[in-house]
Amino acid sequence: MALTEKDVERLAVLARINLTAEEKETFARQMSSILDSAAVLDELSTDGIEPLIYVLSQHNVMRDDKVRPSLTNDEALANAPLKEDAMFKVPRLI
Amino acid sequence: MNLYQLTVYKAAEMLARREITAQEVLESISRRIDLVENKIKAFITLTLDQAEKKAGDLDGRNEITGLAGIPCGVQDNLCTRGVTTTCASKMLEGFIPPYDATAVGRLKAAGAVMVGKLNMDEFGIGGSTEKSGFHSTNNPWDPTRVAGGSSGGAAAAVAAGEVYYALASDTGGSLRQSAAYCGVVGMRPTYGRVSRYGLVAVASSMDQVGLVARNVTDCALVLNVICGYDDLDSNSLEAEVPDYRNYLGHSLKGMRIGFPREYLQNDVDGPVREAVKKALLKYEELGAVVEETSLPHSKYALPVFRLLASAEASSNLARFDGVRYGHRDEEAGDIAEMMSSSRGRGLGPEVKRNILLGTYVLSKEHYDAYYLRAMKVRRLIKEDFDRAFEKYDLLVAPTTVAVAFSHGERNEDLSGMLTVPASLAGIPAMSIPGGMVDGLPVGLQLMGPALAEGTLLRAAYAFEQATDYHLRTPVLEV
Repeated sequence: MALTEKDVERLAVLARINLTAEEKETFARQMSSILDSAAVLDELSTDGIEPLIYVLSQHNVMRDDKVRPSLTNDEALANAPLKEDAMFKVPRLI
Repeated sequence: MNLYQLTVYKAAEMLARREITAQEVLESISRRIDLVENKIKAFITLTLDQAEKKAGDLDGRNEITGLAGIPCGVQDNLCTRGVTTTCASKMLEGFIPPYDATAVGRLKAAGAVMVGKLNMDEFGIGGSTEKSGFHSTNNPWDPTRVAGGSSGGAAAAVAAGEVYYALASDTGGSLRQSAAYCGVVGMRPTYGRVSRYGLVAVASSMDQVGLVARNVTDCALVLNVICGYDDLDSNSLEAEVPDYRNYLGHSLKGMRIGFPREYLQNDVDGPVREAVKKALLKYEELGAVVEETSLPHSKYALPVFRLLASAEASSNLARFDGVRYGHRDEEAGDIAEMMSSSRGRGLGPEVKRNILLGTYVLSKEHYDAYYLRAMKVRRLIKEDFDRAFEKYDLLVAPTTVAVAFSHGERNEDLSGMLTVPASLAGIPAMSIPGGMVDGLPVGLQLMGPALAEGTLLRAAYAFEQATDYHLRTPVLEV
């Protein structure tokens, strides 16, 4: 499975990561090699096997919908690179 | 003997009897850090001022019990209220959590004195701590070698006597591999046994909080405090937590131990194999019934782990977007460009590559061939263990294929080979000092069925008492 630099570029747009030209080249090579090593899984017939998503048997854990203490607005904003009033500030969307 | 060399249980006893004070214990640790930290570089952040205050408060109390007054370290991917938590990433440089991870909170409530935050591979992705966004950590047994990873800081600090024990995490074997390389005890409990609340998530279906300690008894004492249900982690187990000390000191007579032949094959270095075989003989001497067994899907574990871990990392690490916390590039234009540019600069190459790989295996065109197939093979790997545990109380194997490698050698690709299967199966596994090869520690890995931490401790303790590997310490003084 050979990934091209173009493939990596497309993935980088989806994952929102800017890459340097050098990174694109290196990652294409490294990721191809990792995917190649995963080809060993093709030896196995996996028809009819249920995928194992979680190792625990418990599902749908619910808790009572009760109000409980949480972070204050100031605490939640304390690490924000940019904020204004009681909000996170981001560049314009449209 | 200096105070920093004491075991947790001995120090706790002396503190309770007021033969020593928490301040004296801290002073000894603090001097030790002064002396060796330049050589080891285990810490990202030191919190000795806060530690001093806490030790002083404890000394002023009427009684000191349990872990109170005993200095520990915390891997830097566990949130600590008011103390920088970076995951060894430039992306999170300066991030100060407004809350404690549950495991950290439990230790604090028990009176533990945290002296600092420990180095790791960035976001836990890597096996040598060379992928830390800040600096590498050196192995106390030979500073030209790595301390393992991603919990290299935790294991090195414990081995070098800079802390008595350390809270760490294990996704694919992080704390077990690091403990093996540094000659200390590493315990990864059953998935869900310790709350992951406040552990920065990377691969949620495998991430687990555990610890590194100098001996099995200390490990049991810390487990007693950190295990247990937490309604802030939806995967937390509701099972009761026993007093793990009760498992120590029992005979192994009749205990059924299997050693999976796949774990002693050619990928494993000869001397490591020999050390493990010797350890298996020791178990026979101790009364256990030791038999060869098979976990036939073992060789698929590493590729399965890589696919699943990268997929999960790609979605978990999406939260680092420069909006709510962490690094942000200011000059960027619109919001998408701001995020892409912040992530491009803030994240290191291993992390970026993992996110891209995860994005690939989760994409519609490749989902079935990679992600879905990996989840199916994961079931086969788990069923191998289920079958083995019908016959055996526990499995014994090497933790790693070789002893710690040299800095820059980059042969970490195989380093998780023997630790990822237990992670995929969600079972408890620990690494204990199991031998020495050319002056470097060999880790012996014990794996048990879900919730069998007690059985692991029982077997680990018996081996420890019958050997002296855990008593050996690296010589660091110049």
